[in-house]
Amino acid sequence: MNEAAVRPAIVPGEISLQGVSKSYGVVQFRKEVVRECSFTIERGKLTVMVGPSGCGKSTLIRLLAGFEAPTAGTAMLDGRPITGPDRDRLVLFQETALFPWMTTWDNILYGPRARGELTREALEFGEFLLAKVGLQDFRDKYPLQLSGGMQRRAELARAMINNPKVMILDEPFRGLDAMTKELMWEYYSRLYEENRRTNFFVTTDIDEAVFLADRMLVMSNIPTQVRAVIDVDLPRPRRLSDLVESDRANDIKKQALSILHAEAMRSFSRGSKAAADFVEAYLKRASRG
Amino acid sequence: MKKVLSNPEFWRGAASIAVFLILWEIGARSKQWMAPEFFAPFKELLGAMGFKKDYLPWVGAVPAPSAVLQSWIGVLGDAGYWQSWYMSFFRVMGGFVTAMIIGIPFGLMLAVSRVSHGIAFPVFEVLRPIPPLAWVPASIIFWPTQESAIIFITFLGAFYTIVINVLGGARSIDVRYFQAAQSMGSSRWDMFRRIVLPGTLPSIVVGSAVGMGITWEVVVAAEMISGGGSQIGGTSGGGLGFFIWNSYIGGSYEQIVVGMISIGIAGYASSEMLRWLGRYATPWLKPR
Repeated sequence: MNEAAVRPAIVPGEISLQGVSKSYGVVQFRKEVVRECSFTIERGKLTVMVGPSGCGKSTLIRLLAGFEAPTAGTAMLDGRPITGPDRDRLVLFQETALFPWMTTWDNILYGPRARGELTREALEFGEFLLAKVGLQDFRDKYPLQLSGGMQRRAELARAMINNPKVMILDEPFRGLDAMTKELMWEYYSRLYEENRRTNFFVTTDIDEAVFLADRMLVMSNIPTQVRAVIDVDLPRPRRLSDLVESDRANDIKKQALSILHAEAMRSFSRGSKAAADFVEAYLKRASRG
Repeated sequence: MKKVLSNPEFWRGAASIAVFLILWEIGARSKQWMAPEFFAPFKELLGAMGFKKDYLPWVGAVPAPSAVLQSWIGVLGDAGYWQSWYMSFFRVMGGFVTAMIIGIPFGLMLAVSRVSHGIAFPVFEVLRPIPPLAWVPASIIFWPTQESAIIFITFLGAFYTIVINVLGGARSIDVRYFQAAQSMGSSRWDMFRRIVLPGTLPSIVVGSAVGMGITWEVVVAAEMISGGGSQIGGTSGGGLGFFIWNSYIGGSYEQIVVGMISIGIAGYASSEMLRWLGRYATPWLKPR
């Protein structure tokens, strides 16, 4: 079946953040998680945000999804401020957030059913997506009866049926074994190459970032800021085997790694003299070598 | 049936019950736990630890299973015995079903509404530690009939457990489910119906199974204390708890054990029924 025939036409969205900050806690115990963050998630592109773990990426996602409001600055979708959760910005959470008490099929149809839009077109689109993620044989199975990779695919379908303007993915492939993870990269990037929605993908895995991204945002340690924006100008469609041999991919990886490494070191040494000494020694040795 | 007979689990269970009955029979017949010379060192040890030498319970004082079985066959034809079953079941079900009907919505209300939680929870938490049996005298005064007093006490036994489980279950639903549902356009009612209710169901099942157990504990004690609602079934119609008490008063020790085992069977049957219902209500928890 042709996707264009069943998928309602949508214009992908573009998200822009201007000076967004987010702090938690009361005055004396205030903890700033995001500091004056400004970047754009470009229309129809796959933007990957990569940063050390615990750097506030998940907080940024909650701001973009509208689950929380920023302390300062604005996040906008197509020029309109984001005020709350909406179907035009759907999040795929870490691990799985499929409803365990619903079958694959009912999970996929959740959105249309919730909005009272369970039309024939919606059902057809659901069938199409079910086939697209290869779960026809698991239609009436519950999430606990699916493997990790199947769960992620079902969740992709559950989000895509709502035709979001932006798909936000929060480390969606974390916790999968290495083989399944690489299969999911290829699967997911093929999916993106077919429909070219605006995708915002958050990860701690640099290989994942280089393989998937059109644009890569390299983040600082907490409080989160953008350290670098790297255009990943590798040709599509991408295959993992090509990428391993590509010098350009390795250059990009090195570039991002050097930034991330400095950030990770800084967080490692924070508050500890011994660790700070270790980092200093390490850097000296690195510069000599 | 063939499947049951070829299951080692079944034979292990059967063997364990058989060994238990045989040991009990031997103990009761010999009027001793085991041969006295085998037992002597243990007695010496107890004596050395400063206990009375005859301190160990004496299983010879308990009627043998064969005698119990004989007595059981005797009461099987007795309408009073079955009346006891009926009375206890009636009270347990009355209290339990009422606890479900009131407890589940109450627990859900505490979980979803901050205001109602603020208003109702403190009172609930003060009343909760009071053991149901402490309510016996007050409820006999408070309720018009003894029957309603007993049902009220059994109700209390299940109510707190069910409410706490529903509240805890609803609160522990992953917040991402709500975020996902809200993003996809769910209304508050839709989220309640399709996330809160099914998400709480496993806890409701657990809560009711635990509550059922407490209900049986409570009903027996309430029947013993209150004399078993004697207006309704006469002296022998006061429920299984009263059946035991009556046997004790009448000096029929075999019947005490008959009553005890009957409660065991009744309790097991009701939990098994609940487990079956629970499995039926939560098909997604079935292993693949």
